[in-house]
Amino acid sequence: MNKKSFGSRLVAAPYYVWAAIFIIVPLLIMFYFALTDQNGAFTFANIMGIAKYKKAFLISIIYAVIATVITLVISYPMSYFMTKMKISSQRMILLIVMLPMWMNFLIRTYSLITILANKGIINTILTSLGLKPLHLINTPGAVILGMVYDFIPYMILPIYSVMSKIDNSLLEAASDLGSNGFSRLKNIILPLSLPGVISGITMVFVPSVSTFYISQKLGGNKNLLIGDAIEYLFNVGPDFYNIASALSLVLMVMILLCLAVMNRFSSDEEDLIV
Amino acid sequence: MKTLSKIYVGLIVFFLYAPVAVMIFFSFNGGESVWVLDGFSFDWYKSIVTNQYMLSALKNTLIVAIISAVISTVLGTAAAVGIHAIRSKFAKKLANTVTNIPMMNADIVTGISLMLLFIFVGELIGLNESLGFATVLIAHITFNLPYVILSVLPKLRQTDKNLQEAALDLGCTPLQSFFKAVIPSISTGIFTGFIMAFTLSLDDFVISYFTCGHYQTLPIVIYNMTKKTVTPDVYALSTVVFFAVFALLVLYNAIQNDSEKRRSK
Repeated sequence: MNKKSFGSRLVAAPYYVWAAIFIIVPLLIMFYFALTDQNGAFTFANIMGIAKYKKAFLISIIYAVIATVITLVISYPMSYFMTKMKISSQRMILLIVMLPMWMNFLIRTYSLITILANKGIINTILTSLGLKPLHLINTPGAVILGMVYDFIPYMILPIYSVMSKIDNSLLEAASDLGSNGFSRLKNIILPLSLPGVISGITMVFVPSVSTFYISQKLGGNKNLLIGDAIEYLFNVGPDFYNIASALSLVLMVMILLCLAVMNRFSSDEEDLIV
Repeated sequence: MKTLSKIYVGLIVFFLYAPVAVMIFFSFNGGESVWVLDGFSFDWYKSIVTNQYMLSALKNTLIVAIISAVISTVLGTAAAVGIHAIRSKFAKKLANTVTNIPMMNADIVTGISLMLLFIFVGELIGLNESLGFATVLIAHITFNLPYVILSVLPKLRQTDKNLQEAALDLGCTPLQSFFKAVIPSISTGIFTGFIMAFTLSLDDFVISYFTCGHYQTLPIVIYNMTKKTVTPDVYALSTVVFFAVFALLVLYNAIQNDSEKRRSK
């Protein structure tokens, strides 16, 4: 018995080696770069230098929070309505929601330009109706729209999957005991769907706060996010690896903190150390 | 209420697909613009078939996706079996946490940390060009692994603990019992993990961007194309990919429905 389970545990050994080399060590190297200068001497200068990027951090967080909230507000009723459909239509809608996820997100973002551009589809329609064209592209709104559009499936799917598992007899019991639609929502559906909401929030917030493509394409050069700063610095060359590593490190710590807070709300048996 | 909810779902679907429709529409544009319509043509579809740059990128993408999906499925399934067998609570938590890092972390951080590792090691062993096929492959395996592990683990939890013991008692060697008793009961998880790994790898841009060097995958080529003025050939290419994925998903659904039906009989 013992021998068998030892054997089972051993088959994971190659993975542990892989995880150590390609998950843990890279983060340690990033840590090392963040805390040294170009010559490898220890310094806090990079961490201190982050103050210069305060605005980019702030904008990233604000945009990502707004995008996450909008996505949640749109997705929650969507998921709820999906669970009320016939099983066959649920399957179909699920497929329809998932399909754009497999389309390259660069293209999805770019096709938004076609819609929002100064001579794009919306403005063509507006001018043909005799209305004044709107300035839509290269605005904060366009960046947030891009985040919502690109990541909305990641919100709908986890909420839907949790909601579809809610036992219908619970809801029936509640109505038999005299609770109305609102109190069923508040007392049964909301609490039971919370884990899906939490994972949806993290799955939208993390890519939004760290994106660099969406802001470059839809925000022009006016709405630069922290991801843009990191990407730019790494492209300039090795001299900037240290400061860029420091920025990445702060971004990572920030995300981990958010996840830790989120995990408090949805502790299950498979919880993590953070 | 019923009609209201239908309208709502319809609106969301419209929101999701308006850009897709725009993309498909403009891929048939006769002109060079992705904004101004100028007649109808198949020219852009013809041009992607002859575009060596795109075709070789497509080949690179498929190679990386297939190899990384296979390796991460094998490694990840073994890892899930091992993690499932851990008894110490702390060790299990530690393994779960480490597994979750690439999934939870921002892609940009994962990409950069791997790039730094590759450059660091490349300098140590004196390579001029440390980034390329091998590094993209390693990066893709790394970010695929958690998805495979997390699709297999729940299936392991659902399987009867005594199944493997029964197989052993009936005279299987440990290896036989693993392949004949455990693997079949977690096969759907392994399959889901493989499909996820494959599609994630096909679609990845951010991590590839930092680790690929001159080895260009399709998303990297698309990125480079969207840096300049975009012509409808990018849209034509994406339309082809879109319908290929659509066909795959329909097929996958049909297989799942079929196996569910068979199980319920």
